[in-house]
Parts: sequence; C-alpha cells; structure tokens
Amino acid sequence: MNALRKYLDRIKPNFEEGGKYHAFRSVFDGFETFLFVPNTTSKTGTHIHDAIDSKRIMSFVVIALMPALLFGMYNVGYQHFHATGAEGGFWEMFLYGFLAVLPKIIVSYVVGLGIEFVVAQWKKEEIQEGFLVSGMLIPMIVPVDCPLWMLAVAVAFSVIFAKEVFGGTGMNIFNPALVTRAFLFFAYPASMSGDAVWVSGESIFGLGGDKFIDGFSGATPLGVAKVAECPAFSWDMVTGLMPGSIGETSVIAIAIGAAILLWSGVASWKTMLSVFVGGALMGMVFNAWGPDTAIARMPWYEHLCLGGFCFGAVFMATDPVTSSRTENGKFVYGFLIGAMAIIIRVLNPGYPEGMMLAILLMNIFAPLIDYVVVENNISRRAKRAVSNN
Amino acid sequence: MGKLFSAKNKEVFSAPISMNNPVTVQVLGICSALAVTSKLEPAIVMGLSVTIITAFSNVVISLIRKTIPNRIRIIVQLVVVAALVTIVSEFLKAFAYDVSVQLSVYVGLIITNCILMGRLEAFAMANGPWESCLDGIGNGLGYAKILVIVAFIRELLGSGTLLGYNILNYDAVKEAGYVNNGLMLMPPMALIIVACIIWYQRAKHKELQEND
Repeated sequence: MNALRKYLDRIKPNFEEGGKYHAFRSVFDGFETFLFVPNTTSKTGTHIHDAIDSKRIMSFVVIALMPALLFGMYNVGYQHFHATGAEGGFWEMFLYGFLAVLPKIIVSYVVGLGIEFVVAQWKKEEIQEGFLVSGMLIPMIVPVDCPLWMLAVAVAFSVIFAKEVFGGTGMNIFNPALVTRAFLFFAYPASMSGDAVWVSGESIFGLGGDKFIDGFSGATPLGVAKVAECPAFSWDMVTGLMPGSIGETSVIAIAIGAAILLWSGVASWKTMLSVFVGGALMGMVFNAWGPDTAIARMPWYEHLCLGGFCFGAVFMATDPVTSSRTENGKFVYGFLIGAMAIIIRVLNPGYPEGMMLAILLMNIFAPLIDYVVVENNISRRAKRAVSNN
Repeated sequence: MGKLFSAKNKEVFSAPISMNNPVTVQVLGICSALAVTSKLEPAIVMGLSVTIITAFSNVVISLIRKTIPNRIRIIVQLVVVAALVTIVSEFLKAFAYDVSVQLSVYVGLIITNCILMGRLEAFAMANGPWESCLDGIGNGLGYAKILVIVAFIRELLGSGTLLGYNILNYDAVKEAGYVNNGLMLMPPMALIIVACIIWYQRAKHKELQEND
C-alpha cells in the first residue's frame, strides 16, 4: 500500500494545473480517492466523522451485488446448456455465462464512466462515484440477449438525461439503472420482452450448443402466467434456475446481498420490508377479489419470488438518493412500490413485469412523501407546544 | 419599400425565428409540438397552417384593433382565429385528406395554441397591419422550424423513414443489428428533443440564460 501511495504522490504533479496530463485530472482524482480515503475534512459546521464516505458505500453495494451477479452468470450458462441440449459441467456453464455477461458489464462501465469523466472534466468537478453501482446494476437487469449497442445507447441516455442534467450523483430524481432499463424497454421492446430474449441460443468460443432443442420455450414464469396459466410453485423459483434478467432470478443470492446491505447499514430495512409487505398484501387482495386471470390467481409468495420483485426491493427501492429520506416516509414509499408492482403485473394487458415501472413511479412521489411526513411532524409538534403552554 | 423593410421590421420578422423563438425561448405551443411531430409530413403541414393562421389573424386583428371594445377583445380574437382555423381545416380536408386525418384534432386545436393568442394580445393589438403580418409569419415559421427539427429526428430514428421515404429500413441495415427506436415515436421523446434544442440554444447564446 505504501508503495502505491508513493507512486501516486510521485505522479500527482502531472495532473495538477499546468501539468502535462491536466486533461486527465478528474480521472486521476477519481482513482486516488477510490484507492485511498481522502484526508480533507469539512472545516465548518457540525459533521460526524466516519471512515465511510460515499465511495466506500458504493463499494459495499457492489460487494452485495456479487452473489446475484455470479449466480446470474451461472444461470445464464445453465439455461443455455439446457435449452440447447449441450453437455457441460458446472464450470463450463459458469464460463459460458461469464463470457456472455462480461461484455455487458464492460460496455455499461465504459460508456457510463466515460460520460461521467467527460462531464467532471468539463465542469471542473471531481468524478462522482455514483456510477460505480449503476454500472453494475445495469447488466444485471437486462436480458442476456440484449445487444451491446442498445445497451450503450441506453446507458448514455440514462447517464445524461436521468443524472447529469439533474446535477449528477445524489441529485437525480430517478434511479439511473432503472431509466436505462425503461429506455430499452420502450425503445426496443422486441429485444427486452417476450419469450425469445431470456435464454441465449448461441455458442461462445465453441462453448455450449448453437441451436435450441425442439419444443423449447424461453418464456419466464411470469410471461407464462400472463398468457397461459399460473405455473406451480417450485424450488427453482427460489434458487433462481429459471429464465429471466441476468441478476434477478435467484432469491437466495439476492438475500445474501440484502444481508450484506443491512449489516453494513447501507440500505434501510424499513424500505425493504415494506416493499415485501406491500407486494404480499396486494397479491393476497388479488387472490381473494381479483379478476379471473392466471396472473391474478398466482399465490402471493410466487409473486414475491418471480420476476424482478426481490432484486428491485433489495437493490433498487433502497437506493438512498431516489427513495424517501424520512424514516416514516420509507414505510409508505416501500409499501406503495410493492403494491404498485403487483397491480401493474396483474392489471396491465401488455407486459408481465411491473417492478421497474412501480419503482420509477414512486421515485417521483418520494419527495412528496417526505414533504408530507415533515409537515405532519411540524404541525404535530406545534400543537403539542400550544397544548403544553 | 425602404420603410416596409426597415431594420425594425426585419427584427420583428427574424427575432421569433431564432433568438425569441416561441417554442424554445418563450416555451409556448409545446403541446402540439409533442403531438404532431412523430412524422415529418404532418409537422410541416402543421407548421405551415399555424404560420398562415397567425399571419392572417394578426393582420385582421391589427386592422380592427382600434374598434374592438377592450372588454370583449378576447372573444373577438377567438372568433377571428376560429374562422381562419375552420378555413384551413376544410382546405386540408379537401386537398390533403391523409395529412388532415393524421393531424386529427390538432388542426382544430390550433385555436388554443398559445402562440396565436399570445401574438394577438402582445403584438397585433398594438401595431399596424404590416408589422403584425411580419410578426405572425415570423412566429409561425419559428414554430414550424422547431417542429420540423423535432419531427426530422423522430421520424428518422423512430421509423427509419423521412417524409414516408425509406432511409434506414433495408435488409443490410437490419442484418447489422440496427433496430428503430420505438421510444422516439412516443411523446416523451419529443419533449426531450425540444429540451435538447433549448439546451443547445442557451449554451450557445449566453444572453438567453436566466440569472439564478
């Protein structure tokens, strides 16, 4: 570590005003503060000093995403090998998934961080670290067959229009990863929904088969429930060995991530819990009084296991920037996300999944919820002050 | 002739096309800019219709501006605009039926276009017919210009065509993996493109930026 510190100190003058690499100042600064916690502290006002800064928080989230990502890679391979009837062991499946997912991660980071670097340089600001998490989330919420150029267009759109125009990290109204997905979803529906995009059918470097076996259907369980009948509950829905977006399928892997987030205090248990409560209650309501469709009859626990519900609840709804910030508001915010996700799933005629739209919708209302909570608190305390006098 | 095209009159005509554009600077007429710009052809027709109606209603109101009782001036203006809108609407139905169907209610809704009432109230009520005519044409063309830019981007990227002619929908392009962007055909994208034009214009002309 010392050697690295010395090396950074030695090359630092090149990046300062007048140095020969001044154009890459923000890049250097970004790497330096990523590797070492900066020594500068606030000089005015009251602050809590803590070893954790936002770069460290982001790192925790990326670590929490790892189980879901690694499982997602394995599942991509697993689905592919089963769909094509090819023979392969655990490592071959994992390697196939790794090779299928890696380009998406690279594209997402290169495009997103590239724009962030340019903007930081242009506005003479530090590089903001928010994209560290978004860049990892984005490949995990797209289907495996999503073309890379579409991903690049969507990431560029989302970083510019959902994030930088609002003022960058910490100022955005919408979750940038979900805006990326929403852009893909509405711009290129054929590559983002339906039955044909969730399982990869091509071999990579000779790994796996190159043709689906006869009678193969790549539909997700939710897709099946939307058009045909509700699939019976199976443990694959919990372990995640089913078609779906890359990182969203496994409840177990996401639960490990949730444990890391809660243990490190990055995500709020209030939001997370209330999303599940909202979803479960809404599922039960539809079970009891819903319309006579397969997806409305789907048991509430299947609703929670399937699709992006868990992933959205754990990693998207708890995003500290776009969620409610008041403690009571988090309950309302989470509950409405869960309920809304199930409502969209059951009642809209078009697409089987509702988590993305539910979270984006509640992102808009988060400031309103906070406002109501704060105003309530003020008027309650004002009344108390009057009655005490 | 010198008086007709004095520097002031030139300014009256050209300002709305660039530096005082009704859409990008005054942010008027946004609703129809979202509604009719998914294809280039209706956008051009809409822009021309608004130009004609603004010009003629400006002239008519300017001619009778001294006799209109102040209290009922809005009603008088509406009657003039409504008459002109009806004429244009019938004309389109007779000679450009397909476009008229595409534009549907939005031709009729020109009557509620903020640009029209804004120009009548702000300009025609206080200026002579010739200046008002120039002002009306200028504002109409300023509006049409933005509509055409937005519709050009939306039709090219959304449908892969321009004025209905095929530009991008060839097999070779499809095999390369290119797919038309469906979001471009939805109204939100029109808003984002208008926002980008506003962004570009304000970045280029610092005097348009508000102090904050």
